Amino acid sequence: MNLHAVRAIYHFEMARAWRTLMQSIVSPVLSTSLYFIVFGAAIGTRITEIEGVSYGAFIVPGLVMLSLLTQSISNASFGIYFPRFTGTIYELLSAPVSPLEIVLGYVGAAATKSVILGLIILATAGLFVPLRIEHPVWMIVFLVLTAFAFSLFGFIIGIWADGFEKLQVIPLLLITPLTFLGGTFYSVNMLPPFWQAVSMFNPVVYLVSGFRWSFYELADVNVGLSVAATFGFLGLCLAAVWWIFRTGYRLKT
Amino acid sequence: MTPIIAVSNLSKTYASGFQALKRINLEIRRGEIFALLGPNGAGKTTLISIVCGIVNPSEGEVLVDGRDIAAHYRAVRSMIGLVPQELTTDAFESVWATTSFSRGLFGRPPNPAHIQKVLRDLSLWEKKDNRVMTLSGGMKRRLLIAKALSHEPQILFLDEPTAGVDVELRKDMWNIVRALRDSGVTIILTTHYIEEAEEMADRVGVIAKGELLLVEGKEALMRKLGRKQLTLQLRERLAEVPASLAKYKLELGAEGNTLVYTYDTQAERTGITALLDEMGGAGIGFVDLHTDQSSLEDIFVDLVRKTR
Repeated sequence: MNLHAVRAIYHFEMARAWRTLMQSIVSPVLSTSLYFIVFGAAIGTRITEIEGVSYGAFIVPGLVMLSLLTQSISNASFGIYFPRFTGTIYELLSAPVSPLEIVLGYVGAAATKSVILGLIILATAGLFVPLRIEHPVWMIVFLVLTAFAFSLFGFIIGIWADGFEKLQVIPLLLITPLTFLGGTFYSVNMLPPFWQAVSMFNPVVYLVSGFRWSFYELADVNVGLSVAATFGFLGLCLAAVWWIFRTGYRLKT
Repeated sequence: MTPIIAVSNLSKTYASGFQALKRINLEIRRGEIFALLGPNGAGKTTLISIVCGIVNPSEGEVLVDGRDIAAHYRAVRSMIGLVPQELTTDAFESVWATTSFSRGLFGRPPNPAHIQKVLRDLSLWEKKDNRVMTLSGGMKRRLLIAKALSHEPQILFLDEPTAGVDVELRKDMWNIVRALRDSGVTIILTTHYIEEAEEMADRVGVIAKGELLLVEGKEALMRKLGRKQLTLQLRERLAEVPASLAKYKLELGAEGNTLVYTYDTQAERTGITALLDEMGGAGIGFVDLHTDQSSLEDIFVDLVRKTR
């Protein structure tokens, strides 16, 4: 295995995050703080608690998940799209690296950035509301698996996109609505039965539910289903990436 | 000696149906500078892109150091450095960071001393902490060479290395390439500047419309295909070439005061002595004479014209 290459790609991508600190870290933390003010302080005065957890604390796992999904996709898609856009991808394609090493470098760095961001948001949330984490190991497992799965998804978008506009289409038109409708700011059980049934088709529900369970042991769906959904999405993304490298889709002519 | 690169029956047809390469056979010798000449769209970049792993071949085989480029891609690619035609660089990185990145990508452990040497050799050391976007075009071109040399390759592909580069920098580049060859690196150079091939190459290949028209040692090529001409400045004007000199196929200048004799450089006898004797016998005197040999450019233009 070409570990030097994995390290080179990983460090290169991480260096970009530090160079763009405002965009990578400060901006998502600021957005999350605003969510706390708007949803926690304003709406929280009307909904005091959900199943024994204060509303402000209840939305923390959903907020972390919201940032985790959007940032994982954004980091990974930009990471691979930018060399394609500038033409520096020639170097990657002519290097003695396997698809696995490329994915480990790019997706590993994107997932690392998202996990760091998730932890920073958690720490920020701790300043606003009292936090309780019942299953810290499961919390980390959900955090890392989701970051990795959605970074893989972002990597696929970065390969598929042939312009900056396309890079934004799926995160804006698909992921953000699914996240907002996936129980980020509410419990799915609060919805009328019809919309509860519809929500079960939203994969983000399973991610948010599992993650929230690791905090408060509150879940909209069985935690086993949440783990299975996370692994299922990860598996789908891995299969798509495998196909991309096998066919050279959008990489090689 | 085994060729360092052996290309057999290599063809490439793009999805659009455009056939960029047609059954190319080519061997590159270890330690040589090989110039691949051809007009725009001839297939030069496609050929080197296939060898480097950037483009998939449609059919054929490429061996590098005796190993198949697909089956042994790790071993093969770690031997190769590529300087692309376009100035594609990481604009926001520093010179040092992007060069070190290339070394790691090609599987070599960090070696700051080597990176320093490469940057010094290419006159980039003073700029090592500068962002790439602040460099001039010539510096960016040198940076691409530095990146390609960062992992100490045995083969270096230079795709149009002096395209858009001023004369002074072009000469600097030639010196760099010669120094690399002297250090044992095999260099494959694609260019449409004939002067570049004439100046540097050991052997020349001419490609046009995806077909390799010829591969020859540069000197041999010029001997074989080069015409030589003797131009005589006459003492007195002639109205026409005398019939007695018809066998020499002389060309009379427009004003009647020059005679041009084209002869075969490889022939045992050039016929010059006999011509001068017969001119003397016919009473045609001359005040001056000079010879011209066709350049690689003339040869190249002739070859490419024949394919049209």
